[in-house]
Amino acid sequence: MRQTDIAIVGAGPAGLMAAIQAAEMGAQVLLLERANELGGQLIKQTHKFFGSREEYAGERGFEIAHKLMDQLVQLSNVTVWKNATALGYYPDGVLSVKQGNSFCLVKPKKLIVATGASEKTLAFPNNDLPGIYGAGAVQTLMNVYGVKPADRVLMVGAGNIGVIVAYQLLQAGVEVAAIIEAAPKIGAYWVHASKIQRCGVPILTGHTIKKAYGTDRLSGVTVCRLDEKWNQIPGTEQDFAVDGLCLAVGLSPLTELLWQAGCKMEFVPELGGYVPWRNADLLTTHHNIYVAGDVAGVEEASAAMVEGKLAGLAAAFALRYQSENFAALYHEAKSQLNALRSAPVSAKVCNGLCKVMLGEAV
Amino acid sequence: MRIANHPILEFPQRETVKFVFDGKEVTGLAGEPIAAALHAAGVRSLHHSSRFHRPRGLFCAIGNCSSCLMTVDGVPNVRICVEPLRAGMQVETQEGKGKLV
Repeated sequence: MRQTDIAIVGAGPAGLMAAIQAAEMGAQVLLLERANELGGQLIKQTHKFFGSREEYAGERGFEIAHKLMDQLVQLSNVTVWKNATALGYYPDGVLSVKQGNSFCLVKPKKLIVATGASEKTLAFPNNDLPGIYGAGAVQTLMNVYGVKPADRVLMVGAGNIGVIVAYQLLQAGVEVAAIIEAAPKIGAYWVHASKIQRCGVPILTGHTIKKAYGTDRLSGVTVCRLDEKWNQIPGTEQDFAVDGLCLAVGLSPLTELLWQAGCKMEFVPELGGYVPWRNADLLTTHHNIYVAGDVAGVEEASAAMVEGKLAGLAAAFALRYQSENFAALYHEAKSQLNALRSAPVSAKVCNGLCKVMLGEAV
Repeated sequence: MRIANHPILEFPQRETVKFVFDGKEVTGLAGEPIAAALHAAGVRSLHHSSRFHRPRGLFCAIGNCSSCLMTVDGVPNVRICVEPLRAGMQVETQEGKGKLV
């Protein structure tokens, strides 16, 4: 059995940042990543991030991923396992892992769960036809592997992800027929929404999918308008001949490990589903398990990175590692999080966080 | 179809390899997921559901959802969205749960 100070599950923005911070404090870190590449969803983000310089504002997601990986390889006390899926965490503190085709056990003193989130789908007739994708899948195909998901796509969801991925589809040379959104108004930042509308892509608010159709694969989608009570209005059907339908309808936290470890969980719609109770240091109700990023509540990559930083610092500190600038880094991370969440669009997230916040930390 | 020119991204050069999809020879790029190679070759339907035999395609592309399970080199239930392509692979459309023996 392998011993380590801190095991981190997931090497996306939160997990990478946690690994870097904990290792810089001196802790032995084992970073586990299910995919065969590090970076999580960052590697498929081609848009420039917002925020301040500390959160890499003005840089594109895949560039940020490369920067974090460059920092990580400098740290000799970090071990990275790719193709490694964490399977379970047991009462004796043992984490079981499938790496490639072999099974192994790890005993970390502290565990940081940074597993991220999975995409939600929508219920409508024929929603399983080939050609209907989650927005993340579309990004993976075109931005990581250079393959077009379809020739002509209808996008569902006018939040940031829907609008940004619609623009990325145009950049890849794919036609975007329209963006439909069930809510009466656009959820995305105006800068993104305006950009896609200037490119001639209409955003139809108050619209939903009535059905998808096609025999072996998607050949079209019927949409219709919704009234103020979210009921479909008969006679408002509109047909889109598309071979791709992209769903950007939200994410839900990937919390299986936390449930299995016995962390106290709560259903918080504002955070995307069931999330763990945690204190301000991202420590859950399990005294050795920390969380960071979307698994703790769906937000943006910028917030995930700062949460990762905080969880990494707190976990290393709990193991009595110290560094000269610990206090400064710790307080800086907390004020970064507050600043990121101070915008009016973050009100929903803040409401959600209040429902699962345990008393004071460190 | 592959993206010819992208305003921001450059895609790494990879070696072209041949593999077999349902008895037909197809080309793809070594190391990309099998799903990317099949997509580039225009293949969308990857398996058929076990109860109603409905066609299933790629949905999440990161190994979460099990929509893309196929039989690869005789092994059923391979998540082809995260399985790297190698020359000579035998990739088959899977019916239902697949046959283990």
